[in-house]
Amino acid sequence: MNRRDLLTGAAATALATRAAQAADLPWLSSQLPDGTRAEAGLATLPGKRPLIRLADRPPNYETQVQAFQDAITPNDQFFIRYHLAKIPDRAALQDWSLAIGGDAAGKPVTLTLDDLAALPQTEVVAVCQCSGNRRGLFQPHVPGVQWGYGAMGCATWRGPRLRDVLATAGVGPETTEVWLNGADGPVMQATPDFRKSLPLAKAMADETIIATRMNDAPLPLENGFPARVVVPGWTSTYWMKHITQIDLSSKPLANFWMQKAYRVPAGMFPVELPFATQNDPATWPITEIVVNAVIAEPVDGDHVTRSGFTVRGVAWDRGHGIRRVEVSLDAGATWRNALLGRDFGPFAFRTFSFATGGLMAGSCAVMARAVSNTGETQAATLKFNPAGYHNNVPQQAMVTVV
Amino acid sequence: MTPRRLHWLALVTVLAGHPALAADAAGGLQAGPGEDIVAVACGACHTVDYIRMNSRFLTPDVWKAEVTKMRTAFGAPIDEDAAATILAYLAAHYAAPAKP
Repeated sequence: MNRRDLLTGAAATALATRAAQAADLPWLSSQLPDGTRAEAGLATLPGKRPLIRLADRPPNYETQVQAFQDAITPNDQFFIRYHLAKIPDRAALQDWSLAIGGDAAGKPVTLTLDDLAALPQTEVVAVCQCSGNRRGLFQPHVPGVQWGYGAMGCATWRGPRLRDVLATAGVGPETTEVWLNGADGPVMQATPDFRKSLPLAKAMADETIIATRMNDAPLPLENGFPARVVVPGWTSTYWMKHITQIDLSSKPLANFWMQKAYRVPAGMFPVELPFATQNDPATWPITEIVVNAVIAEPVDGDHVTRSGFTVRGVAWDRGHGIRRVEVSLDAGATWRNALLGRDFGPFAFRTFSFATGGLMAGSCAVMARAVSNTGETQAATLKFNPAGYHNNVPQQAMVTVV
Repeated sequence: MTPRRLHWLALVTVLAGHPALAADAAGGLQAGPGEDIVAVACGACHTVDYIRMNSRFLTPDVWKAEVTKMRTAFGAPIDEDAAATILAYLAAHYAAPAKP
């Protein structure tokens, strides 16, 4: 990575077509901060369809909520999230390789894309969701990227299992964590590079892979080309993009991104696989996704006819799958079961639909809420936490029946 | 004019031609004392989108915590004078309105 690569990346970001602002997004949630509503607008990056731009550099763009009528989010509509602005371009990634080492590795190895392709390939359909998805809807608001509903997507990811990749170096008995680093990094040397770790058990799990394909295509640059870690069931802070270095470690990774950022109050969100080496008495690292649902149609502010309409969206959880989705047309007073669509596996979006039938004229508050196969339900009221994570309060879309 | 301020103005001049910063300027910060320092000190690592998007709901104290985080956790080379200028600017233009 050199200065020229960095400038090229910055110039590419500046190429984003800046469209008109909130006026063309009337359905943007009124719960978002005023400054966010004024700031957010559609923008088109090379190779992407219009996304909601929240910040240009580092790029933070979310998917329009209407995309969540389908279980699979197309690559060109997939959200973009970077912490740090030094981002490699395609030219810089041409001689990409992946170094595996660390104090608990048998022997350090360096792998090419051909080496990854030579390992057994696995496919997993999984939701990639930013820990801070829906942070912008927190009341009171908390600082950070003010995401609405679209800092997530679901894709078919393909590549070798992480455990098979690690085996090429040898997983020593001292290994407790697997440390991850990608090719992107900070503008200033003093800024901590974005590095994350996984507990060994999740790194070795069946579903955890290094994806070199996304929806039967190479990964878009902004989604981690040429390879990213895919950690189904866990929030995407662990899904390291442009993965270039993996360390098998006997020690917990001690850095800003593990110890200060991406923490939730201890016990507030129960987990099934504790990340014990990173827990402290007051806080735990955010890990497993909480059950949730989003309405893609109708959207806030829509006008519908008295003959009725169909509520469509998706639901997802940490990897048990969705048992049912319920829809309310009266702001949560009464609920009825929606129809579930095709099952793409326990880590995927599950589509739902609900035909309202005839309606009285007036306003109609549409809500949806999901229940997982283990009975996990969405929070009735916000579980407030200072970093704005895990917001799964049922969404409400206000429509007018005419 | 102190040497420190000269240093910041030199940075403003150098970075003004940078394409990404030119894009920032199109988005713009509210005019006011300290705007130039904020544009350069904050804009070195991220667009000022981050400031506008996080408004207006943070109290001056929370803005101070954010600036402190940038200086200590993220290593932003912002000295005490510049930090004070930035905080005064953010409090004036992007903080939550004072409660009655």
